[in-house]
Amino acid sequence: MPYAIELLNITKRFARTVANDNVTLKVSAGTIHALVGENGAGKTTLMETLYGLYQPDGGEIRIHEKKVSIRSPHDSISLGIGMVHQHFMLVPPLTAIENIVLGAEETKNALLDLKRATAELSELSSRFALTVPLDEKVENLGVGIQQRVEILKAIYRKADILVLDEPTAVLTPQESVQLFRILSELKAEGKTIVLITHKLNEVMSISDHVSVMRRGKIVGEVETASTSPQDLAQMMVGRPVLLRVEKETRQPGNPVLVVNGLSHVDRRGITVLKNVSLEVSSGEILGIAGVEGNGQSQLVECIAGLIKPSSGSITIDGIQIVGLNAREVFARGLAHVPEDRLKRGLVVDMDIKENLILGMHTQARFSSRLALRRKAIKENAELLITKYDVRPMNSEALTRGLSGGNQQKVIIARELSRAAQLIVASQPTRGVDIGGIEFIHRTLVQARDSGKAILLVSADLNEILSLSDRIAVMYNGEIVRIFPDNRIEESELGMYMTGSKQSEEKGASNG
Amino acid sequence: MADVKNGNRHWLEHPATQTFLIPILAVALSFAIGAIFIVIVGQNPFEVYSTLFSQTLGTSYGIGQLLFKTTPLIFAGLSVALCFRAGLFNIGAEGQLQIGAFATALVGMYTMGVPPVIEIPLLILAGMIGGGLWGFIPGYLKAKTGAHEVINTIMLNFVAAALVSYFVTNVYNVPATVHTPPISPTGRLPRFDALFSGFEGSPVNFSILIALLAAVFVWYYIDRTRYGYELRVVGLNPKAAEYGGISVAKNIIVSMTIGGAIAGLVGTNFVMGYKYYFEEGFSIGTGFMGIAVALLGNNNPFGVILAALLFGMLEYGGLVINTMVPKELVSILQAIVIIFVISSNKIFRRILVNFLKKRTLSVND
Repeated sequence: MPYAIELLNITKRFARTVANDNVTLKVSAGTIHALVGENGAGKTTLMETLYGLYQPDGGEIRIHEKKVSIRSPHDSISLGIGMVHQHFMLVPPLTAIENIVLGAEETKNALLDLKRATAELSELSSRFALTVPLDEKVENLGVGIQQRVEILKAIYRKADILVLDEPTAVLTPQESVQLFRILSELKAEGKTIVLITHKLNEVMSISDHVSVMRRGKIVGEVETASTSPQDLAQMMVGRPVLLRVEKETRQPGNPVLVVNGLSHVDRRGITVLKNVSLEVSSGEILGIAGVEGNGQSQLVECIAGLIKPSSGSITIDGIQIVGLNAREVFARGLAHVPEDRLKRGLVVDMDIKENLILGMHTQARFSSRLALRRKAIKENAELLITKYDVRPMNSEALTRGLSGGNQQKVIIARELSRAAQLIVASQPTRGVDIGGIEFIHRTLVQARDSGKAILLVSADLNEILSLSDRIAVMYNGEIVRIFPDNRIEESELGMYMTGSKQSEEKGASNG
Repeated sequence: MADVKNGNRHWLEHPATQTFLIPILAVALSFAIGAIFIVIVGQNPFEVYSTLFSQTLGTSYGIGQLLFKTTPLIFAGLSVALCFRAGLFNIGAEGQLQIGAFATALVGMYTMGVPPVIEIPLLILAGMIGGGLWGFIPGYLKAKTGAHEVINTIMLNFVAAALVSYFVTNVYNVPATVHTPPISPTGRLPRFDALFSGFEGSPVNFSILIALLAAVFVWYYIDRTRYGYELRVVGLNPKAAEYGGISVAKNIIVSMTIGGAIAGLVGTNFVMGYKYYFEEGFSIGTGFMGIAVALLGNNNPFGVILAALLFGMLEYGGLVINTMVPKELVSILQAIVIIFVISSNKIFRRILVNFLKKRTLSVND
């Protein structure tokens, strides 16, 4: 089969790093090629170079076996390359169709003429099962649909090579299945697809070939049929990896966190939490599954003292914490791994040691009434860096320069060093590489085993299923179901997460 | 990603080097561009520059003048820098120093004969309270209502200028002048030339020591205290501050107030150390120069001292070369320095990076 894409000896350097080091990648026409690797392995850089967003420092690009020079996305689009970025490049207040034709729009008497585009797009969307409400504003569409708009936009521009950067990161299991169906359709029509991902089960289910990147290099290229997730993980990390979490069943102790009838109305007047009640006991992990934006963030922020609930109560070890501010809640025994480490969890322009005392800086061990105890702060950092294997092992390195996994380790180290009874961990492994995920999961299970109560919020169902002792599902601000154990099918959880299945009491006929 | 660190980091890549190198490059480049203007007005740039340097740095009188011009710039620069570290853009140092200096003069007028050990601290305190109040107002408004401090400090500059002007011309003035009656002689800060030989005739006085102390205070406060830690967290990431239980509102108010108080100390130089009265228009945009000083000094208190020295030199140097080139040349130089410093970070960093890349390439090949 001829090659659709040949990237030959591509090298791309940034200031102090080599993002792509002499990388060669060949993709056969009409196949789905998965590009896997940990964060920072250089996958996205490589594909953005193909798309013309970066100019390589060395190497050659061939498209359909012809040498090309791609100076900008304009060039790559005219070569038939389309890219769906991790963060969509859509204009929210414009309609789907306006977004699709943007930059290639036709006019009649200086006015936008969408007639021909509409006809062509409805033909395309039925051909590829890419259903999109063309006249709806993008801001009113769900992420899954927005992604389809992006794909449709690429195809409308005659792309026959489609690059998707972590397309399932924002999707529910059901939406992912639909996406894969679309990708199969596209492949059947002869399109070539490159899929950047680090989810190995996706690779196994949809791709024909896999290339594995590590530290800017391609370290392996295999046919999907002849490999396994275990082998791929080992290639990605460079050592054998435990994909499953090892965990024994434990008898939970007394309830530590008790949330009762919690509701919250946000600034726009929308009820984002409706009468949420749950309990987390010492020695257990309660996982909260749910599509993002269904109230999980607000639940966590209420517990952490960052927002005030409209009604309801929250107690830690029997003490009411509603109305306390963040520092006071920390003092009552909370450790909090926030969902967005860059936004909330870290001050990236401060060094590791200063980040490790955030929220603890007023404690007598780290400061007198006036001055910081610099020696103690440094010793604390050195201890935690060693214990949690943070790289670089330099307490004075700015956290900005750390990999996602190491940034997350800094936060986990800080939060577990609080010696709190309750750990609320939101998306603890988002954007963390496989090696880091393994470590963080092990750490959380150890904390559970030592008697901590853990509330785990994650959009990653695998994580929820493998770590939790009990699982609660949130949909539309409510807890729709609490499962007493973790023996549930992913697809069943998915039904609850999308609201297509209600709790037994409310909608038994559905079950 | 393969990191090119592990010890063999080029010295040019070191952040400290860049902190110093970039402003120095910016200043050098501005002088080069200034030379073009000098040629345009028909003078020899080498002569003009050598006069500039020899008359400012070559004589003790020149140095005295330079230090006198530097002192208010240190206060103003520190004020802007401290607020900047808290994420606030204090455009209001000008108004704060007007109010502060006026307060110093006012209290000085009414405390005749109080012994110096009380009078001097009292007048310093008056300046700090006046400036501090003028910083507190926009800080409070920002913290409580979200009103942007840039707008409010600019507006308060107008208010301060008008208020002070009214009182100086209508209430507290010496007839036929635009200045207040003198302060108590016990509130005067000694001039250097009264104590040492060498600075004869130049008005540099002990307020420069207050300025240096203020710089040490700002450094200690920001770098070493837990309040400074909170201030930096708020400045760098308010969301993380909130998460860590640090009150963003409180820190905004406190840093604007301290910033204002430091700007209010400008009066120590002019009112307590030079003229012994407040005069309308005594500060020609010192507060605004403070923004440039803070930028050039990278918002670091010691950087602020160095930057204030440079701008102090340019300010006095402008008078020195006045006979050779229009005095506007110095304004041009100052402006170009500022433009380069603001835009240089990216530009010079890129030049450095390219330079280093070529080196790495040639080493690798």
